[in-house]
Amino acid sequence: MSGAPILDVRNLSVRFRTEGGDVPAVSDLSFTLDRGETLAVVGESGSGKSVTSLALMRLLPKDSAVTVTGQALLEGRDLLAIPEPEMRKLRGGAISMVFQEPMTSLNPTTPVGAQVAEAVQLHRDLDRRAAREEAARLLDLVGIPAARQRMDDYPHHLSGGMRQRVMIAMALSCDPGVLIADEPTTALDVTIQAQILDLLKRLQERTGMAVVFITHNLGVVAEIADRVLVMYGGRAVEQAPLRPLFSRPLMPYTAGLLRSVPRMELAGRRAGPLPAIPGNVPDPRHMPPGCVFHPRCAHHQPGRCDAAAPVLEAADEAREVRCLRWRELAA
Amino acid sequence: MSLALSAPAFRRFRRHRLAAFGAATIVLLTLGCFLGPFLLPFDDTTIDVMNRFAPPLSGAHVLGTDELGRDMLARLMMGGRVSLIVGFTAMAIGMALGILVGAVAGFHGGWLGAALMRFVDAVLCFPTIFLLLALAALVSPGLLSIIILIAATSWMDVARIVEGQVKSLRERDFAVAAQVLGASDARIIVHELVPNAVAPIVVAATLNVARAILLESYVSFLGYGIQPPVPSWGNMLNNAQIYLTSAPWLAILPGLAITLAVTSFNFLGDGLRDALDPRMRAR
Repeated sequence: MSGAPILDVRNLSVRFRTEGGDVPAVSDLSFTLDRGETLAVVGESGSGKSVTSLALMRLLPKDSAVTVTGQALLEGRDLLAIPEPEMRKLRGGAISMVFQEPMTSLNPTTPVGAQVAEAVQLHRDLDRRAAREEAARLLDLVGIPAARQRMDDYPHHLSGGMRQRVMIAMALSCDPGVLIADEPTTALDVTIQAQILDLLKRLQERTGMAVVFITHNLGVVAEIADRVLVMYGGRAVEQAPLRPLFSRPLMPYTAGLLRSVPRMELAGRRAGPLPAIPGNVPDPRHMPPGCVFHPRCAHHQPGRCDAAAPVLEAADEAREVRCLRWRELAA
Repeated sequence: MSLALSAPAFRRFRRHRLAAFGAATIVLLTLGCFLGPFLLPFDDTTIDVMNRFAPPLSGAHVLGTDELGRDMLARLMMGGRVSLIVGFTAMAIGMALGILVGAVAGFHGGWLGAALMRFVDAVLCFPTIFLLLALAALVSPGLLSIIILIAATSWMDVARIVEGQVKSLRERDFAVAAQVLGASDARIIVHELVPNAVAPIVVAATLNVARAILLESYVSFLGYGIQPPVPSWGNMLNNAQIYLTSAPWLAILPGLAITLAVTSFNFLGDGLRDALDPRMRAR
């Protein structure tokens, strides 16, 4: 993992203009992704993680109600500025994506083998037969048993886990450098989740692709991530390598998230319910002044946290945190 | 193109008695009209003045003869050819146009979609018969022109159906997934969206054949469509008007033929609608 990052997002902001006023869905988000690295993007619903992925794929509606600013450099090319035909060549080629819902992400009228073959042919100059061969290879690679016999099955013949494998096969058909996985395991059974995570890790080792893994499941994060970006209210609030983040979260929000994960070793011994973070994600139309998290924060100081907005500052060479009091709290 | 659920859909379809009847009648009519004339000893335009107004079942002419002694069965078959050709080709052209307009409008939306659909609404505002007759008065009558005219007045409902389907389907995950993989707009429309809208399209197509046959009969009956001596069910009815009391079979037979063909297509359409409706799957 040396050299320039494969993906370098700088000051990404997404605003939606609605009848109820401007909604800043993502504010001034910057992060980098190295080759072969897995970055987990974590946050509650409404924290802007999915909007970020859609913005990077340029899938947000192209009308005046949506404003996307900033840069997203994929190997030096700005995904947010290149013309649409060029973007189309990159989609599925250099940067690809897997969705949350495997049940609805496949075309119900086409056999899965043909769908994978089509994905192959979009970016690679193969004839029909070679594309079909390649599709069989890919389906085998993603662990579909008897892949060759499954080629002519329709999506409704397959289980959710199998369909997600097909989606992954399609996303990987052209060897992307970056794969965005938007909660790819959320809709699956726990045992299947583990299999899919395993598969993604194995494929990543094989192909060396970088993965942006969007999730709200910290268990999944611990399983797969090299580095973690915590988002809240459309902002990055903490960014750190996996182990330090789990052992010593700096931002009170991250600490709250970690505390709200049920833990096996505490089962039966803990008195009282699982601690939750009180309150809800702020309404993006009426962001609280100062630190966006302060109304829900156990450590907030009136007159300080609700007055000045904290900036994202470097805590050490690998970590960033957005909190006015992180030094006091860490001490 | 194969439908994913064709096997159960086919079972449901077979259980629909009227639809099966309609389908069988259409097959028989088609075979009869296209093969029958080769087996018949009479030509549809051969005049036989010695045998005028022969009633049905009265001799060599099974269904009788008309005012010029032409064999009614031969004329009905040749007229049926015209009706079926007009029905199917007008449907095909109308469907192609409707799917194209609907898919473009539904996929792009915005001002282009709005403009296209308002145009569809505007054309729909005209009563079909008057629109058809007004247009028919401007062009020289003939098989090709009547096909084009009928197609031009029957693509709008398909455009509406397809527009609605495409609009909702393009938001579905698999359409977005195709976009993520770098598929072009045209590819998404042709490979992802239209195959998923095939059920309502097939139903509309079937009903449109019936409509086209009926419209051809109207226009020919009013004298603007297929011109004598070429028979069509519509212009045979027109001829029969003056002999309604003296030789009623001249009117009854083409009238029956039209009714049979149109109801068969309508039954077939109803059956297909039931068979392809996913909400009926539980039955």
